[in-house]
Amino acid sequence: MRATPGRPHSRLEALLRAGKFAVTAEMQPSNGADPDEVRRSASELRGKVDAANCTDNPAARPHLSSLAAGALVAASGVAPVVQLTCRDRNRLALQADLLGAAALGARDVLLLTGDHVSAGDHPEAKSLYDVDSLHLLRIARVLRDDGTYLSGRTLSSRPSYFIGAVENPFAPPHDFRPVRLAKKVEAGAEFVQTQLCFNLPRLSEFIARAGDSGILDRVFVIVSVYVARSTRALRYLRDVVPGVDVPDAVMDRLDRATAERQAQEGFALALETVAALREMRGVSGVHLISIKGQESILRLIEAAGLLPRPAVEWSPDAPMVESSR
Amino acid sequence: MGLLGQALIAIEKAVKVPLFGCRMCGQCILHETGLVCPMNCPKNLRNGPCGGVLVDGNCEVYPERPCVWVRAWEGSRRLPLWRDHIEHVQPPVDWRLQGTSSWANLATGRDDVVPAGWPRRPDGGPDAENHDPTVT
Repeated sequence: MRATPGRPHSRLEALLRAGKFAVTAEMQPSNGADPDEVRRSASELRGKVDAANCTDNPAARPHLSSLAAGALVAASGVAPVVQLTCRDRNRLALQADLLGAAALGARDVLLLTGDHVSAGDHPEAKSLYDVDSLHLLRIARVLRDDGTYLSGRTLSSRPSYFIGAVENPFAPPHDFRPVRLAKKVEAGAEFVQTQLCFNLPRLSEFIARAGDSGILDRVFVIVSVYVARSTRALRYLRDVVPGVDVPDAVMDRLDRATAERQAQEGFALALETVAALREMRGVSGVHLISIKGQESILRLIEAAGLLPRPAVEWSPDAPMVESSR
Repeated sequence: MGLLGQALIAIEKAVKVPLFGCRMCGQCILHETGLVCPMNCPKNLRNGPCGGVLVDGNCEVYPERPCVWVRAWEGSRRLPLWRDHIEHVQPPVDWRLQGTSSWANLATGRDDVVPAGWPRRPDGGPDAENHDPTVT
């Protein structure tokens, strides 16, 4: 699909380039300093997912850092997707952490703007937003492909990572979203993970528009699917998390389920969504999210017939950094 | 700064603040953003909306206000000129220009200066040959 020359930067990239349907999952962010908490969670995912996202202070609440989590996940035999947001760091810190993430074993990075501090538990904090997510994507490309900092100063060795972005096909202005995706690709994105999908017709329209512009030949789209464990959790997402679009029909479906059957219905909904996404042209994989519900993610992967994960030719022994020209 | 420079800033402010809610970033891209000032976005986004835009098109930080980028997109659709400029990848903000006159910076080419490592790309963005001599 993608005619990128050179060897893939990660196993995830190799898999996507081989046309295999990818499965990634979101790690539960850690609220402590115990490395075993991260290791335990990662070990459960080993062999079940192609990569696991280590979030960067999600919902603008502090957690164990994504770099540290990424290193622990990598050491547990799972490929981490290390997320970095523009909220908490300026361009100096972001470049330092991109190099740091690569040095600590991250072969996939996901670069995003980040939730505003007003959404979190430290609303009095100063937001940085020195650069935006597109700037960060291009800065990551400059480090990797040009072997320099944004300032032009030469690196002693280049980081090697597959560069990801996020996009939300479900938020206004809907007509701008495929254009924004194209801008992110122009800036440097090689794959995107979307916001949670509860609205397949809307996604389908977005994919069609992006396909028409030719941009899907240059980027892999991984769609996020939420495994709802209760109606309350889904309602919370709809009402409290900005940018999550839960159509009334979906909400009603869970509302109709009795308390004992809600988890089952949420699981069925996720399973149906995954099945639909596997059939949708232009969708290259799914990203599974559940709040404190890794067990249900694992059950979903099994039930959806996504196991075993396909083997793909890619050498993890390839040098992590390419030496500079 | 001379008296003329001060006067230019005062005039630019007097014109653009009431009309566009201008924040005097000194590197104006209003014509590329549907004549809506992107510096009013609480996340300073120069390249499009974040993923948190509410279902009604309002801002996640100020839910009573429309998203700056929803307005920018709509504004760009109405422009007879520069309609497609909203597709350009804008370079990072040079925070040293905050409070200076973008008109003066346009005239001198200062607003086109990007960091030396920011590459020229075929997207109509600023010419990367205008490297910032102070950043090495």
